[in-house]
Amino acid sequence: MAKLIAAAKKEGTLNVIALPPTWANYGAIISTFEKKYGIKINSANPDGSSQDEVNAVKQENGTAAAPDVLDIGMAVALVNTNLFAPYKVSTWSDIPTAQKSTAGLWYQDYGGYMSVGYSSKFGTITSMSQLLGPKFKGAVALNGNPTEANAALNGVMMASLANGGSAASIAKGVSFFQELKSKGNFDSVQATGATIKAGTTPVVLNWDYLNLPSYVGVSNWKVFIPSGAVLGGYYAQAINKNAPHPAAARLWEEFLYSQAATGGQNLWLAGGARPVEQSAMTSNSSINSADAAKLPAVPGTPVFLTQSQATDAANYLMANWAKAVS
Amino acid sequence: MVAATATTPAGARPVRAGRRLRLPAWVGTAPFLAYVGLFLLLPTGIIVFNAFRSPSGALNLSSLKLLFSSTTRSYFIGSFQLCLISSAVGAVLGAILAYAIASGNPDGTVRRLYIAVSGVLAQFGGVTLAFAFVVLIGPVGLLTHASWFYTFPWGIAVIYTYFQVPLMVLVFLPAIDGLKVQWREASDSLGSSAWQYWRYVGGPLLAPAFLGAALLLFANALSAFATVVAWENQIAYIVPQQIYVAINSEVGLSNVNQADVLALGMIIMVAIIMTGYAFLQRRAARWLR
Repeated sequence: MAKLIAAAKKEGTLNVIALPPTWANYGAIISTFEKKYGIKINSANPDGSSQDEVNAVKQENGTAAAPDVLDIGMAVALVNTNLFAPYKVSTWSDIPTAQKSTAGLWYQDYGGYMSVGYSSKFGTITSMSQLLGPKFKGAVALNGNPTEANAALNGVMMASLANGGSAASIAKGVSFFQELKSKGNFDSVQATGATIKAGTTPVVLNWDYLNLPSYVGVSNWKVFIPSGAVLGGYYAQAINKNAPHPAAARLWEEFLYSQAATGGQNLWLAGGARPVEQSAMTSNSSINSADAAKLPAVPGTPVFLTQSQATDAANYLMANWAKAVS
Repeated sequence: MVAATATTPAGARPVRAGRRLRLPAWVGTAPFLAYVGLFLLLPTGIIVFNAFRSPSGALNLSSLKLLFSSTTRSYFIGSFQLCLISSAVGAVLGAILAYAIASGNPDGTVRRLYIAVSGVLAQFGGVTLAFAFVVLIGPVGLLTHASWFYTFPWGIAVIYTYFQVPLMVLVFLPAIDGLKVQWREASDSLGSSAWQYWRYVGGPLLAPAFLGAALLLFANALSAFATVVAWENQIAYIVPQQIYVAINSEVGLSNVNQADVLALGMIIMVAIIMTGYAFLQRRAARWLR
């Protein structure tokens, strides 16, 4: 570890990409790392998508500006593993087996569960079926088009799970939205922080870390995870195999997976994201329990979509989504 | 300059004709050809080429199959409906407005005001325009919640019409200005009614310009993207939205070749419409020949 720190300090720079400072506490994570190790972080294209990250790795390959490390969605990560260098952080065994590649090419970092965020003017909501009621006219929004945006696809999948569907079939979620649309409750405005503040999207299906009142910045905002529909989604870390700063890249991963009070895992948690080592950290009491208590309760066993389930769901949506809700 | 050669007095040294740069005629059009080549022909060529390739790069028809699926058909029908409604309504309302402006004082304030405002509003589109409508008559609109606002194509057609009408005014006004008062006077003095004037004189004169302007409006609506996305980004109704999904999907549906196939479909759609337009234009302008 001392050797790695020395080598990383010698490189002096780390290139990261697509890390919005307000997202999952990345602003604080970046500044803490810079201060701790005296390594300068170049943060490129902070609002980029996972696909943008992969494109940058390919297009800037061999230059000093190429991204060293990626924080990437699973769908994109799994089809681009040939771009990654294997690496196992020192807390490797605390990452659940299902959430890392055995070769160490990618390892999930933080994530959350699909949730329903809503304005407290509706009182208290506890189930998806309540959203079909007349007081939710034009109120229920997704975060994008489910054939395009992952958060939206999972929103439909959550509706499916809540209506007796399974991870293998998203069909019941599509029928739920069809009913929502026919009742006039579907809100066609894509939910963003701005639309929530403006009140144009008073009910939003989104990842819980994007639905927390502290993240949304609206005080009369509540969030819950529907019982029996706990759907998890995690991002993953990976190192560019041709990273211009290979030691700094590995030190960054060690920092992100550190269980220290100011390590990456607790910093993510402070940003409302659930760090991948949370359950191990809860057992060894290294978790910041005050931050953990702020997250919405998890009523049931989490479901994680496998790659083939996610593909099936996407293909089903491609053929049926527009037809069902237009 | 050239005339100087002829007037040179005998015995004086003739001005050498070579002084004048003699370049082949095509040189003058080169910038235009380069521009069209780089920004129209090259991208079109790339689209057509990629439409005939599979995602792995092989040259075959596998991507093209997409054009014949029922889902794809619904996007093209959606695009066609939206363009037809917004351009038809825009053309008719715009033509009436243009006529009203043309019959006023040609140097008056009203006319100048309308032209200036049309010039601004014809360019008013995209996120700002859609957002203005959402705020006014959307789900929690300031004025009202129009229940049809999110019914395709009506809600979005109303938004499109907002920039189609002023565009029609701008492109159609010169044609109406071209109608001479004397023609109307001649028609009146020969005892024809207003209907007969429009049926036999004004209408045929304006028809080619009207059709051309309506086609421009149609194409304007076909390629608009930002407006429709700001209006509705959770359901794809029209082809440009689906092209966006094909390029950007992060759930495993991204396929650039399919985006190219959809773009090729739009090119074919424009080609068919242009052909139909050329045919109509010939009929409408028959009396000119």
